[in-house]
Amino acid sequence: MESITPQYFLILAFLLFGVGFLGVIIRRNLLIVLMSLELMLNGVNIALVTFSRVGLNLDGSLFVFFIMTVAAAEVAVGLALLVALYKKRKSIFSEDATLLHN
Amino acid sequence: MNLVDFLFLVFATLAVGGGVLMIFSRHPVSAAMFMIVSMVSVAGLFVLLESFFLAILQVLVYAGAVMVLFLFIIMLLDVGPEGAKSSKVKLLSGLAGVVCFGILMVLSLILVLDSGPACSSCSVWPSLDEKNLVLGESLVFSTSVKSFGFGLFSKYMLPIQVAGFLLLAAMVGVIILSKKYVGEQNPS
Repeated sequence: MESITPQYFLILAFLLFGVGFLGVIIRRNLLIVLMSLELMLNGVNIALVTFSRVGLNLDGSLFVFFIMTVAAAEVAVGLALLVALYKKRKSIFSEDATLLHN
Repeated sequence: MNLVDFLFLVFATLAVGGGVLMIFSRHPVSAAMFMIVSMVSVAGLFVLLESFFLAILQVLVYAGAVMVLFLFIIMLLDVGPEGAKSSKVKLLSGLAGVVCFGILMVLSLILVLDSGPACSSCSVWPSLDEKNLVLGESLVFSTSVKSFGFGLFSKYMLPIQVAGFLLLAAMVGVIILSKKYVGEQNPS
């Protein structure tokens, strides 16, 4: 690896985070919002592994391990909440979850 | 251009392209398919960063478990493509999203490219030292699974137990959330 420096990986990580953030902001389908959250977590994972590799320190890689654990738990609970919302409202669009609107 | 550069370009393009197509696809099933492309490319990037164990975990957890869960929920809810609604809200949220994305990108480029003299080693890849698991107080980066196990069961003993408890709590929470109680009224 000569011409691909760690900065390229960091820029890629920021790009993935930004794309996921854009998805969270502009989408109204809550399923795709959850997928975009996963994309943001993946961007952070790439940055952590890059720092871990450059600093020759395993702590970053172990943090990625824990982030994956938390992401799996988060997806399971989030999708269960989504199913509960769908049972109640017959819709998974964010603008239909308006119980606390007024 | 050597092989590693080429692979980095391919995986980076697939990861970001899959993500962009995911957030702009109208149907949730195609969004899930683009997400698989993105996740597997991220696994390929982990391989380029010599974290082989994390690459395997990425494929197993994201492309395996999480994606199956998403597709199962899509099947269960039977959601169709998103209809066009209220263009004013759409315009406003799109504007907010693009502005936030732009600010994030500018700040990240400033941060990454202008790293200064303090980070003189940030643009080279240090060679790996596979002999020691521990150097002083810190764990040494290594490609082997053995060093992962050593780190998880020595320095990160408490966090891994908390993570296990978190998974248990998530499982119990999901069961309670999706349980049908006896005598529950039909929601209508």
